Amino acid sequence: MYYTEGLPVPETPSPGETPGPWERTDVVGKPRPRVDAYERVSGTAVYPSDIVLPRMLYGAILRCPHPHAQVKKVDTTAAEAPPRVRAVIGPGDPKTDLPWSFRDVKTTLFPKTCRFEGEPVAAVAAETLYQAWDAAGAVRVDYKVLPHVSDERRALEKDAPKVHENGNKLKTDTYSRGDVEKGFFEADVVLEQHYRTEAEVHTPLELHGCVANWDGDVLTIWESTQGVYAVQSRVAEVLGLPLSKVRVIGHYMGGGFGSKLQTSRYSIVAALLAKKTGRPVKSFLPREATFLAMGNRPPSNMTLKAGVKKDGTLTALSFTCLGTGGAYPAGGTSLVDWQIRDLYLCPHVRTECTDVYINAGPARPFRAPGHPQCSWALEQMLDALAEAIGMDPVALRLKNVPDYSQGREGNPPYTTTGLKQCFKEGARRFGWEKARRKTAGQEKKGHLRRGVGMAGSVWFVGGGGPPSTVILKLFSDGSANLNMGASDIGTGTKTVMAMVAAEELGLRPEMIRIEHADTGTTQYATPSGGSKTVPTEAPTVRDAAVQVKRRLLQMAAEEMDLPVEDLRYTGDDIVSRSRPDRRIRIVDISGLKRQGVVVGVGHRGPNPEKKTVNPFCAQFCEVEVNTRTGELRILRFLSTNESGRVMNRLTFDSQVIGGVTMGIGLAATEMRILDANRTGKMVNRNWHDYKLPTSLDVPADIVGVPIEMPDAEANISGAKGLGEPVTIPTAAAVANAVYDAVGIRITESPINPLKLSSLLEQQKKEG
Amino acid sequence: MKKLITLTVNGKSHEVAVEPNETLTDTLRYRLGLTGTKKGCEVGDCGSCTVVMDGKPVNSCLVLAMQAAGRTIETIEGMETEKGLHPLQEAFVEKGAIQCGFCSPGMILSGKSLLEKNPNPSEAEIRGAISGNLCRCTGYQKIVEAIQSVKSE
Repeated sequence: MYYTEGLPVPETPSPGETPGPWERTDVVGKPRPRVDAYERVSGTAVYPSDIVLPRMLYGAILRCPHPHAQVKKVDTTAAEAPPRVRAVIGPGDPKTDLPWSFRDVKTTLFPKTCRFEGEPVAAVAAETLYQAWDAAGAVRVDYKVLPHVSDERRALEKDAPKVHENGNKLKTDTYSRGDVEKGFFEADVVLEQHYRTEAEVHTPLELHGCVANWDGDVLTIWESTQGVYAVQSRVAEVLGLPLSKVRVIGHYMGGGFGSKLQTSRYSIVAALLAKKTGRPVKSFLPREATFLAMGNRPPSNMTLKAGVKKDGTLTALSFTCLGTGGAYPAGGTSLVDWQIRDLYLCPHVRTECTDVYINAGPARPFRAPGHPQCSWALEQMLDALAEAIGMDPVALRLKNVPDYSQGREGNPPYTTTGLKQCFKEGARRFGWEKARRKTAGQEKKGHLRRGVGMAGSVWFVGGGGPPSTVILKLFSDGSANLNMGASDIGTGTKTVMAMVAAEELGLRPEMIRIEHADTGTTQYATPSGGSKTVPTEAPTVRDAAVQVKRRLLQMAAEEMDLPVEDLRYTGDDIVSRSRPDRRIRIVDISGLKRQGVVVGVGHRGPNPEKKTVNPFCAQFCEVEVNTRTGELRILRFLSTNESGRVMNRLTFDSQVIGGVTMGIGLAATEMRILDANRTGKMVNRNWHDYKLPTSLDVPADIVGVPIEMPDAEANISGAKGLGEPVTIPTAAAVANAVYDAVGIRITESPINPLKLSSLLEQQKKEG
Repeated sequence: MKKLITLTVNGKSHEVAVEPNETLTDTLRYRLGLTGTKKGCEVGDCGSCTVVMDGKPVNSCLVLAMQAAGRTIETIEGMETEKGLHPLQEAFVEKGAIQCGFCSPGMILSGKSLLEKNPNPSEAEIRGAISGNLCRCTGYQKIVEAIQSVKSE
């Protein structure tokens, strides 16, 4: 049958009782291929960009080619002329040029003043994709090009062009505890250094876009998104529709990394074009437009001053950051100081983060917003401090590991913190001490120099939390259907949830079919981001499974005429505790047969009070620098992660390897280049010029080591987030390894051959 | 002006009317409904649209449909047989070489094409063969392992 016969199933808690941690698991934690792997490898998975509907039109959005311009006149005559163009919409028409906003700054779908290259100017719908783009190209726009500022470092200069009327400064956030001056006075060594990380662009493989279709007054949108409910609410709000009449579907999606958490103007535009033509409209952005307008990890200009005693005790950290979310409020310095506040014990801390406007595309959350940048500064600084006091970098960090959150009001303890274990076990598995001795003693004459580096991290959230609701239906044959609103953005959410339901019910995971990411048919969930999907949804699914078991026990009690407390759910059947000869197979319960289905509704319970749930990570790497060419080879990486219970060892490893690879992008290959001096335009808006790490740029040896610590308080699955923690310390670990190899502190990302060779040359000259 | 061409796709012959500027990607996706061939950049940078043409992996976005006239094309949809998934597809599943899955069809076809020419490739050869296929999720290691595992069978 469909049950994992003979495998024990967790005890069913009485109604009102919270399930305790799983004492042993037979499904959860094991390596398990994805439940939807077939669809993903066979080409049968239908992604939103694959949707084709009868009578479907193609939409194209014309975008402003200037970083800052006034749209004086839009002439659509020529665009409307070609045959087979069905609609053209643009600025000024109150029916289609609807209000839009970035946080509290108001604009419209087709703004009169374009503040970044790539803002929408007009849109068309035509019979074919090619005709749509031809028609968009035929729209004549009279622009008044305005002066631009495309470098945040110049945005606050007196004569800098203004992005918004009230100037270029959005805000300055400050944080302080203790007295940093006192802390620096107490220190034996004080160092100060400026750091910069370049802007990165998410560029998930599937383009941003959607298909919109109206059935009467009901709008359906198939969108490549991390959160169908997030799209539903914004679309309903902008179009003035009730939520019930906006259905958003996103079963498969080709990656997001934070850039598909929010709703974009293109979804509204597609809906408007579909409304105007009375036909479905498919509108996906060209890759170029996604580089310009679909978010980025903002550049960060950071200065860090730090004090340490000879014994390794940190005494003070003073941090400033200048960042930009682009042309609108978009979190340009969001969370960039978090690790300064929270990662290491330090009594005296001051941070000051200034977010300014520039004429560039708005930022979007990018895998652990703010954290890799902060790590780049903090973890390089810790290395420098360690060297200055003659201490091992791991030992210095171990000296300063907190067990409570210093950055939060009231200093709540972490439910668990495995940061110490991450450092210790990571160092042991990596062979840190031996590797350090080896690189320290290497022959300095050769042109190939080895170095090792490491870094640690905490992620701001990662504990998940309410709200979430899922429905688990057990059919009369013992197979089940799990209905949840969360998106599986590639991390393996569906697989983990099937494993949770299987563990609790004693079902074979392949007997569980998942319906998800559809506001019309699945339950409410917040977007998949923040490394919160598993710790949010896994407890919810477990709760639903417990409800199913309770209901079955109740049915069996009635049928067997025994008190429910006397019965035990074993997986395959329900047995009397007092008279083990009395048992009934699940599928023989007449109530189940009669009803056809038993439904369990699961809810995500609250997070623990006065405690905080956070994942921790440490990474170690070895690199080789070619001092003749400035080429950097990353030879191996080891990531120790304390992310609570490992739910699926296979997807755990995939997340680690993928996160490290993305971090290598920040460290060594990726940077958005804006022509700040002249045109203000982005010059590397394609994957040829904007370098993602390829299979040749990353080591063959990336190892994930889970540090599993039982966490009964975090939630009833014991899981914490993983996806973001794994990319936080990577770039800093690489920079530290490069320093170990060649003695050059590279404070500005990326460490590419151009930069490295010029720094090596300088080093040679200076002797 | 459209022109009628013949394409052999996954062993079956198709007559399709195509525009002169139409890419093979769009012909496969929109005229033949083979949406397993993905579209990531349309300029040959990402490899999501990789298909095998006359035995060689190509970015189908860089091939005009008319250039493919009379040629033999293999797409991801052609890999499964009555016996089930191709061993390389199975290896991708088992090794966890997939995350969002958007690059997977192109990766698998690049890998398959390599294995057909070179049944026993080194790791460096595998990495070289998929270096034109970008993946933003997995970090390549499991993909390399999947291709390696098939070679050793």
